Amino acid sequence: MGLGELMLEVDRLVMDYGGFRAVDHCSFEVHEGSITGLIGPNGAGKTTLFNLIAGAFPPTEGSIRYLGKTITKLSTDKRFHRGLVRTFQIPHEFHRLTALENLMMVPPAQAGESLVANWLSYGRVRETEARVRARAEEALDFLELSHLANERAGNLSGGQKKLLELGRTMMTDARLVLLDEPAAGVNRTLLRKLEEKIAILNRERGYTFILIEHDMEMIEKLCDPVICMAEGRVLIQGDFATVRSDPRVLEAYLGETVGDAA
Amino acid sequence: MEWIGLANYAVFMAIFICIYALLSLGLNIQWGFTGLFNAGIAGFFAVGAYTSAVLTSPAAEGRLGGFDLPVPIGWIGAMVAAALIAWPIGKICLRFRSDYLAIATIGVAEIIRLVIKSEDWLTNSARGITDIPRPFGDLPYVYSQLAYLAIVASVLFVAYLMVERQIAAPWGRMMRAIRDNEDAARAMGKDVPFRRLEAFIFGSALMGLGGALFAHFNRTITPEAIDPMIATFLVWIMLILGGSGNNRGAILGVAVVWIIWSMSEIVTDQLPHEYAVKAKYMRVFLIGLMLQLVLRFRPEGLLPEPQGTRAEMSEKSK
Repeated sequence: MGLGELMLEVDRLVMDYGGFRAVDHCSFEVHEGSITGLIGPNGAGKTTLFNLIAGAFPPTEGSIRYLGKTITKLSTDKRFHRGLVRTFQIPHEFHRLTALENLMMVPPAQAGESLVANWLSYGRVRETEARVRARAEEALDFLELSHLANERAGNLSGGQKKLLELGRTMMTDARLVLLDEPAAGVNRTLLRKLEEKIAILNRERGYTFILIEHDMEMIEKLCDPVICMAEGRVLIQGDFATVRSDPRVLEAYLGETVGDAA
Repeated sequence: MEWIGLANYAVFMAIFICIYALLSLGLNIQWGFTGLFNAGIAGFFAVGAYTSAVLTSPAAEGRLGGFDLPVPIGWIGAMVAAALIAWPIGKICLRFRSDYLAIATIGVAEIIRLVIKSEDWLTNSARGITDIPRPFGDLPYVYSQLAYLAIVASVLFVAYLMVERQIAAPWGRMMRAIRDNEDAARAMGKDVPFRRLEAFIFGSALMGLGGALFAHFNRTITPEAIDPMIATFLVWIMLILGGSGNNRGAILGVAVVWIIWSMSEIVTDQLPHEYAVKAKYMRVFLIGLMLQLVLRFRPEGLLPEPQGTRAEMSEKSK
């Protein structure tokens, strides 16, 4: 498969929490149109790396370039407006909003987000609102959640919340989507559906994905390349077969003993 | 004659209910929809009351003004002043998480109260500002009361419509999203600090307006009126009891709590002298007990938050 344009460059990224180094000189690149899998044992620094790329907090050292521009110091909301969108490992639904509203709140720069417009040009607000609603209904339909449109998001199951998180990324013109364990807590049937949805979004909408996942079946099906992290560092990067058979990866997952035995 | 006295009392209560409803609506924008724990309502109430008093009262020795301006200008001035005060406070305090914001706003309200109480040149300190004009204040008592009730009720109605419009619109949805999950709202591209500031200023302006209506009703304003018990915590109880996140609930809560609060005064006035001192604390206790019961048995309030963006908005446009 040919490589798309260079989209994201992570250069020697470091994140220290007090004395603990969660991310240790991580460097890698992501090309447009790819689905990059990020694997590694718990505590390897995957989610911290996601937080840095999404802009939840600034790195201690290093830089991030996205679409040819340095975004290391840009805030989360500004990154979102450039098409860099994330989901959360633990679902961050707006629990007192309905599923439909959870999606409808996403599109940027809605006319009705301005106090003045709501008082003075309500007609225009209604028009955009109708478009936003149609788009949200379409997304719910795609995710097969339409029957839950008017349910409070807090009442959805864990798996449905994960789908809703994916749905939010469909409400904007996303280019690079960071999925943090989209399959965690999702049952097998729903999991296959989720895989399929991600593949469709990648193929038909041209979304580039980075996804953190522990479900190796999903990684194998969707991801190329795969990056394995351990103790804050990038251990190895390559296609799934190469990464899986690398002894360092086994060691990272199973601990020192395997290394000693080998 | 008895029933005329009762009717007068009812009108008096209704005026107070309308004034408090403005405070409650303001708090509902801040807490009910945006999750901002403002425990300094009294401060914005005071800024509004004093601003309008200074702007509209006749010139007086020894304090700022008065400027003898028309009453509507005083009321607009009250909203603008409360908003202007809210802006720097919000800029600084809204970075705190909710409980710290509560502490910070209590502190700010207390500073405002002390400034008003001690700055002679500005507010005439403890003596307060008198001669505040009251619209239709020259009419005979009953008509004057009724006219003022009509005015405050209309002001409240307009304010209610303005707030409802925002809450039903994408603005309200965005605010409720920020309230529910700040990190996710930020990740969805919303400028959270700016939006919180917007809600804080919007709510504070309504509180300022409430203060102005109060000052003009009483024709005088003194620092005693800025008692946090009455002007802050009572409003909180009204909102929680009525239904935080529901504008009609916010107004209903005001009516219920204010009626109980006033009735308790009638009861405690009948008590023998030796208990009279304790009466005030009994009333506060009663209100506290009510809050406890509501939180235990109906935490969502009498009228809970409605679900979903109002259909009216998008249905009509189809």
